[in-house]
Amino acid sequence: MIRAQNIIKNFGEQQVLKDVTCEFERGKTNLIIGRSGAGKTVLLKILIGLITPTSGKVFYDDIDFYDLEKSQMRELRMKIGMLFQGSALFDFMNVEENIRFPLDMFSKMTPKEKLTRVDYCLERVSLTGNNKKFPSELSGGMQKRVGIARALVLNPSYLFCDEPNSGLDPKTSIVIDALIHDITKENDIVTVINTHDMNSVMEIGDSITLIHEGKLAWIGNKDQVLASNNEILHSFIFASPFLQRLKSGLVQNK
Amino acid sequence: MNLFYNFGKYVQWLAQVFKKPENWGMYWKETLRQMNSIGIGSIAIIAIIAVFIGAVTAVQFSYQMGGSLIPRYYIGYIVRDMTIIELAPTFSCMALAGKVGSNIATEIGGMRQKEHIDAMEIMGINTAAYLVQPKVIAALIVIPMLVCLAAFISIIGGYVAVVPTGAFSNTEYIQGLRSFFLPYNIFMMFVKAVTFAFLLTTISCYQGYFVKGGSIELGNASTQAVVFSNVFILLSDYLIAMILTG
Repeated sequence: MIRAQNIIKNFGEQQVLKDVTCEFERGKTNLIIGRSGAGKTVLLKILIGLITPTSGKVFYDDIDFYDLEKSQMRELRMKIGMLFQGSALFDFMNVEENIRFPLDMFSKMTPKEKLTRVDYCLERVSLTGNNKKFPSELSGGMQKRVGIARALVLNPSYLFCDEPNSGLDPKTSIVIDALIHDITKENDIVTVINTHDMNSVMEIGDSITLIHEGKLAWIGNKDQVLASNNEILHSFIFASPFLQRLKSGLVQNK
Repeated sequence: MNLFYNFGKYVQWLAQVFKKPENWGMYWKETLRQMNSIGIGSIAIIAIIAVFIGAVTAVQFSYQMGGSLIPRYYIGYIVRDMTIIELAPTFSCMALAGKVGSNIATEIGGMRQKEHIDAMEIMGINTAAYLVQPKVIAALIVIPMLVCLAAFISIIGGYVAVVPTGAFSNTEYIQGLRSFFLPYNIFMMFVKAVTFAFLLTTISCYQGYFVKGGSIELGNASTQAVVFSNVFILLSDYLIAMILTG
């Protein structure tokens, strides 16, 4: 479990996160949702230590993340996998080298063992045989899948995804969502996803944390979304006229 | 104040850069890649600059010697020492600050913007060390070699400029090259080359590593990498000259 406790983050005069406390459970896809500028990316970056909070604590299974020595933090980070919004694949390495990179850096595996592990990860994201392609030769969806494969290669206990569906078509988004969801269940890891995507919310939202103007606005799951009376949640989820019509249709059918 | 702030930040950052690598093999592999990029990739530009350094030095010294009582064979001696002590290390490294320095700042800055550095941080990698240390070590190995090559080509450039044109004879030029040789000057050349290599790579990496914002900021970082590298190369050139010839 990961727990963010009383997180406050100021950038100069501006307070981006205002005393946010939330938990992300193991074996679940935990979604952080909110409008652009709400502070969800800042929260995600605080959870993984890329931004230091002004005050507050982050616990990884009761270990205080910001109390760790640098070397201990580095050790913990080896248990973290991260999928970035733009995939963050290294341009000068091919797919195999990108996925193998954490293994090359930290593991004592033989080259053959590393290749087996890379092939397994590629197979897991349905990209078998693409080892020698460079990131520039891949579509956005394929790059995301390589990003997931790289995040998985060290068998992480915690997986973070920053807007995994941004820039993808709806069908590919569904594939990526399903992949992340399945991996979370299979490996019993803590997965935290920062997303705008309403389909993700309704399909894989085992736990949903809504951030609004830097504050925690709502916590629940996909089954509780429609039943909730939270106005902020509804104005966010049903922001488009199409979804509003759909919602009124659902209410009438009930 | 900003200069002092950046200097302090640069010194603290250097302490991170020279920490023990997580994996020596990976760092060595990256060092070899950088040696190829900095060294092999810069031979042509260094050769072109060196030819003209030597040629212009020879032609202008020939002009200044006109009607004087200075022995004619001094042409080779002057070209050789000017090149070895000053022109080869300084001109080459200023050119490399433009070519390699801007490239390094843009590469690392681009990695920062595309979240590559964040991705490595999350993997538990000391990014300051992994991204900078191999570049600095590669530069410290290959830039002195390039400077040496530049000095050699420059002397040939001087020869080509004045001997075939009949301004000086082959004997005069060669006699000059063989006169008054001090091995200490070679030592001075290497001190300069190593110092300049360190400055141009660390300053350029620093500019790229801490870039914030978008393409305009990346462009600014690249420009500042070249400007600051050149300023500090010239400043250190003066200091080395003072110390080693004082």
